[in-house]
Amino acid sequence: MVNGSTTTPPAIAIDGLRFNYGAKQVLHDIGLEILPREITAFIGPSGCGKSTLLRCFNRINDRIPGAKVTGGAIRIAGIDIARPDLDIQMLRRRVGMVFQKWNPFPKSIYNNVAYGLRIHGEKDSKTLDERVEYCLRRVALWDDVKDRLKASAFGLSGGQQQRLCIARTIATKPDIILMDEPCSALDPLSTLKVEELLLELKREYTIVIVTHNLAQASRCSDKTAFFYLGKLIEHGQTHKMFSNPSVRQTEEYVSGAFG
Amino acid sequence: MENPEQLIRKGVNHGRLKAGFVKGFLGGLTWGVVLVALLIFGKICWDGAPTLLKPEFPYLDIGFLTKETETLHVFDDSAGTRHSMPASEYHAWIGNNGTEAVFNEQTYAYSGGGIAGPIIGTALLTGLSIVIALFFGVAAAIYLSEYAKQGRFINLVRLAILNLAGVPSIVFGLFGFAVFVLAAPVLTGDPADRTLFSIPLGFTYLSFQGWNSSLIAGSATLACMILPVIITASEESLRAVPQGFREASLALGATRWHTIRKCVLPFALPGILTSSVLSLARAAGETAPIMFTAAVAAKELPWANPAVMLQNQVQALPYHIYTLAARIPTSEYTQRAQYGSVFVFLMMIFLFSAVSMILRHRVRSKLKW
Repeated sequence: MVNGSTTTPPAIAIDGLRFNYGAKQVLHDIGLEILPREITAFIGPSGCGKSTLLRCFNRINDRIPGAKVTGGAIRIAGIDIARPDLDIQMLRRRVGMVFQKWNPFPKSIYNNVAYGLRIHGEKDSKTLDERVEYCLRRVALWDDVKDRLKASAFGLSGGQQQRLCIARTIATKPDIILMDEPCSALDPLSTLKVEELLLELKREYTIVIVTHNLAQASRCSDKTAFFYLGKLIEHGQTHKMFSNPSVRQTEEYVSGAFG
Repeated sequence: MENPEQLIRKGVNHGRLKAGFVKGFLGGLTWGVVLVALLIFGKICWDGAPTLLKPEFPYLDIGFLTKETETLHVFDDSAGTRHSMPASEYHAWIGNNGTEAVFNEQTYAYSGGGIAGPIIGTALLTGLSIVIALFFGVAAAIYLSEYAKQGRFINLVRLAILNLAGVPSIVFGLFGFAVFVLAAPVLTGDPADRTLFSIPLGFTYLSFQGWNSSLIAGSATLACMILPVIITASEESLRAVPQGFREASLALGATRWHTIRKCVLPFALPGILTSSVLSLARAAGETAPIMFTAAVAAKELPWANPAVMLQNQVQALPYHIYTLAARIPTSEYTQRAQYGSVFVFLMMIFLFSAVSMILRHRVRSKLKW
């Protein structure tokens, strides 16, 4: 939309998306393109639909009773994800997700990272070992945990657990990583580490991050999309959105006048 | 602050008196209940323990646990000494001394020997019923909590299952008699006359003639009785597993069934175990459901003929106790078997519970969130 000069096809293209929880419409005609290897931040007040939209991208909303796409389409790498012949397990493998509240399984650190690989049929212990080490190194956790891979993941601090969840997500080699307020329950130091990690990961992955932390959005995202009451109000380069937004509501929100 | 002297109480502390009275009343009731329970256990232990425990090594009357039930013969010999011995010893004694040497003979059914038969029968009935109930119960719980579309109808189903838990056990006994003993389907080449109907399958018949009074019919009846508790408790523990685990697993590309198997069921295990313990104790203790469906007063050990073990009747501890207490005249000679059986029964239940509690604790200490 904004970066018109590029010829790269969008990683995620949303076209006129409408979404309902039962009779209540929560997303109104959303149109948005997310480019590969960029960090796109979704901002907006609580209840504006940004998390709902994020959860449409890997169709995890399917399990919520009454949740339904009522119009429009989402295309990931050109494929409409509402197609009846879509392999939903493969979709979720290619579109990973990190949740707001870190949720490692009550298993060992090693088994948490290996879980996704095992789902997809990886049995060779050498390959598993290598992949686990690689993922833990990527999230800068390896040096902290290499001596206690068999220990429970619950012994880690909150920030470490969230980074473990990110390692678990990248273990299945996704192309896109969705992050639903990954730092909202973390202290500032852990938040900083996760943000550094995002900038590091962006070289390989397309990242969409929902955040309430405007400073975080301005610090680490390339593009920002502002949502309000289920509508996409404005979408553009992050520095422009924060310094010179074209819509008054965006200006009021990013300057802290409401939200 | 105005009138700070209001903070100082004048005269008798009524509030404290009242609180003391309430505390004393509630405490008295509680300790009263505890006292009654202790009296009951005390009576059983006092009368039952001497049967099982011995003052000298190995401190346990092994014979009482391992011997089969026999008739007790009580008589005077020619010298006027009173003897009491189980049938097998009695016949040996007669062999040595002749029937002329026996005076004032009295016999007490089921009061001699040991209680191996009832112990084994109860273990088999309980074990088998738990296996059946866990299979059906956990399957139903998974369906209700993970697959079924939540709504009024499913809530109604839940309510019905919950109410089933309150149905008196004798009703389950009659149900089991009507269904499992008289009407359940069997494969047989020669359908019985009483069969409801039989379907010819060519090489054999599927005959709805029931399983007779048997180990399998009794276990199935007990399983029906404990099923509601297992379903309800299992569903509760499945729903207690945080949604985050399910979402994380699904988001990694796992299928629903894989998620349930690897990320929900293992973490619900402590709760399912707890419900099994409760059900185990209840299934072991009930007399009414097995009266018409499985239990019999006297029977050889089940593995006398392992091939038809499931089709045979068994002895069972609660039924044995009932027989001893209600169907033979009690006297000083029957007390040993009566209270001994009750004592062994109680110890068995304690043992079950203790083992399961340790097991549960070990599983739970591994899984915390």
